[in-house]
Amino acid sequence: MPHFTKPESGSWTEHFGLATEPVNYDDSISPEFYALEQEAVFKKTWLNVGRVEQLPKNGSFFTKELDGAKTSVIVVRNKDGELRAYHNMCRHRGNKLVWNDYPREETAGMCRQFTCKYHGWRYDLDGKLTFVQQESEFFNLDKADYGLKNVLVDEWQGFVFVNFDPDAAPLKEYMGALGAGLEGYPFGQLTQKHTYRAEIGSNWKLFIDAFMEFYHAPVLHSKQSVSEEARKLQGVGYEALAYDIDGPHAMVSSWGGMSPPKDLSMVKPIERVLRSGLFGPWEGPDLGELPEGINPARHPAWGIDSFLFFPNFMLLIWKPGWYLTYHYWPTSYNTHIFECSLYFEPPKNAFERIQQEMAVVTFKEFGLQDGNTLEATQTMIESGAVTEFPLCDQEVMLRHLHKVVRGYVAEHSAAQTQGHPTAAPTPVSAAS
Amino acid sequence: MAVLPAQFASLEPFAEWALPSEFDRYGKRIESSMEDMQAFYDAAMPALESGTEYLKGVALDGISEEDRNLVWLFCSLVTVSFPIEAWRQARVPDSGASSIDVVVEPGP
Repeated sequence: MPHFTKPESGSWTEHFGLATEPVNYDDSISPEFYALEQEAVFKKTWLNVGRVEQLPKNGSFFTKELDGAKTSVIVVRNKDGELRAYHNMCRHRGNKLVWNDYPREETAGMCRQFTCKYHGWRYDLDGKLTFVQQESEFFNLDKADYGLKNVLVDEWQGFVFVNFDPDAAPLKEYMGALGAGLEGYPFGQLTQKHTYRAEIGSNWKLFIDAFMEFYHAPVLHSKQSVSEEARKLQGVGYEALAYDIDGPHAMVSSWGGMSPPKDLSMVKPIERVLRSGLFGPWEGPDLGELPEGINPARHPAWGIDSFLFFPNFMLLIWKPGWYLTYHYWPTSYNTHIFECSLYFEPPKNAFERIQQEMAVVTFKEFGLQDGNTLEATQTMIESGAVTEFPLCDQEVMLRHLHKVVRGYVAEHSAAQTQGHPTAAPTPVSAAS
Repeated sequence: MAVLPAQFASLEPFAEWALPSEFDRYGKRIESSMEDMQAFYDAAMPALESGTEYLKGVALDGISEEDRNLVWLFCSLVTVSFPIEAWRQARVPDSGASSIDVVVEPGP
């Protein structure tokens, strides 16, 4: 007996026109499929690489390593205050242009121009080549021909995105109805930021899977609740308030009875004293009326909405007035870098700072459990001993994600085959 | 020499927990015995409870060195509360060699 209303078709999965058969994960265990994903997904979609607060002034820049798109980018605010993005590569002999000490590590700062460490070539913030060391030694070199390679860059609600496809549709269009439903949320007011990073031994999609279903929460995280509450949670299980899918993007809306809890004995002593926990400080800032895309079921028990903007950007809006982001940056078919940033209103006093720490540390404790479970999943899926996995209705977003990725890859492969009939790519099964 | 505000003098023996980075706070937790963490927890929890109003009166702009140390010490209490209240061990169960490391964190 469902606790929350399901669509008339009886299940979320069927409501969204998805198959209900078991799925296989051959999209998560092979270098060949990852190579296709790089071309079809990461070089073709808008990728969120940061926020405007990271580029506060003209000349502010940061770099981002993107193995998924086989490159590194520089994102910079130019002298006119506009965003620009370039492949992080000198046009002379291809040295990485901006880095400190370790070429594979990201960096950030302020500058007036970019100077290559190798032979001193210089570029202005608009990517124009302005200086060539011993220019007269070159043969008919016209500096106008050797500017930095542009990458599309755009901003949505203060989030900075890049796209390697010069023909990409505008970002706002790409964000679709789910993005439009979030416009106006006061992201720019929540600037107290904590960022965490982890190297995870799994395919990037498997960690998204883990965070797009809460079916696991009452079991995997049971010890994070006091024992009586944990038993109750496992007995009830998990049901979302609502799901939504729009194009490649998806969201799940969830209840959150812990902020504040109805009964203080439900939570741990430190949570009672700090009045804070996984859902953040119980008495968060009043952010006014929230945009209509949040809590779409208009349920009074609403606690958190999780959005996945394809391919790898998750945005979680918590009822007590804060948000967090997850990013999953693939580094190979079975490894990725997981990044989480938690954003609060700047605390007004020392107590609020400690309340926020409680939410941050709780996230980390959960994340450590989730991350290690994934490595266990990856190794067993790679064994190939079992290839079909049943997904329940509360795992509808996973089913959708894997279907979307396969769709992008199939479409890309079809286009490649048409363009280059002799170079047929590895066939991909199109099952959902 | 006292590093904490005078009314939190009872926490001076635990001043080594006043660490400004979550990375170090977590590292100290992993290296500590359950007995040491229990002693810190038993002293700091009542102090946090009775000190809540004081902490609400401490603005972060221009915070004093002593108050800053106090914030870091209570942030360590948060870190230590998980082994004491939930895990019964320093590490997150089943987390093995995995780590999630802070790369950006605000001051107090």
